[in-house]
Amino acid sequence: MTEQTIDLAPGTTAPPRDFGPLTRQMFVRYSGASGDLNPMHYDDTMARAAGNPSVFSQGMHQSALLATFATDWLGAEHVRRFQVRFREQVWPDDVLTCTGVVETVTDQADGSRLVTVSLTCSRQTGAVAISGSADFLIPGGAPA
Amino acid sequence: MTTTTPEASPVGAVGTPFEVYVERGKIREFAAAMQSDNPAYQGPEAIIPPTFLTTATMWAPPGSRVTVGFDRRRLLHGEQEYVFHGPLPRAGDRLIAQERVVDRYTKPGKRGGEMQFAVVVTEFRNEAGDLVAEARATFIQTAPKGDAS
Repeated sequence: MTEQTIDLAPGTTAPPRDFGPLTRQMFVRYSGASGDLNPMHYDDTMARAAGNPSVFSQGMHQSALLATFATDWLGAEHVRRFQVRFREQVWPDDVLTCTGVVETVTDQADGSRLVTVSLTCSRQTGAVAISGSADFLIPGGAPA
Repeated sequence: MTTTTPEASPVGAVGTPFEVYVERGKIREFAAAMQSDNPAYQGPEAIIPPTFLTTATMWAPPGSRVTVGFDRRRLLHGEQEYVFHGPLPRAGDRLIAQERVVDRYTKPGKRGGEMQFAVVVTEFRNEAGDLVAEARATFIQTAPKGDAS
């Protein structure tokens, strides 16, 4: 892995990344991968019977997309904490935008830095589907 | 009360420890579902993605998990957190998972009634017994309809 050489001061933002338009196939793929076989996410008949206009994405599916965004930004092997809060449902054909900002950077005794970021996954309407935060432990030794 | 909602495990209740095998193919499948082409999730040394431990429940034998005890029709997953106490687990690792109910509390519902919360932490230990990861789930049971005060 190449180490990050990007600036990691508080306030630093990551380039936003879009996922979608989301498809039912994506929901099914996440159902199988995760083992969450709740039919609300792939069976329109059952989803409508429960009062929904259609199937909808798993909150943990959106969280996984947000995790893809965050790990590509700060390094998959560096993550030490990843937290999400589920705020709004996400539907087929939605386009999600993931954004992140560095909140704090704490120098560690061994020269590494603990970087805490806030993360957001928003729908095309601007409404927040997932808000979250994460800690990444960035090794020292990389040129500043 | 519904006849189908099982009795809730109290705060402090623990489940039975169960084995979780971290597998290369499952990581690859999960990475595809999260639309990640990160090389860290490929190959024999693949590490796990941040939310991968959600798949651990597939290894839980019947009866090994704690019971949240909420009505499924009013059940929401409110928050989820994963903490890693060192390098991430990787393909080939054998972990021991155990659930614990760490908190229960209530809040007034937005439209009256009472919302109930339950927090379940799953600990993941390696074969040496070291705590390597924790998953913290917050579940919500919304207030019953027609219970506005």
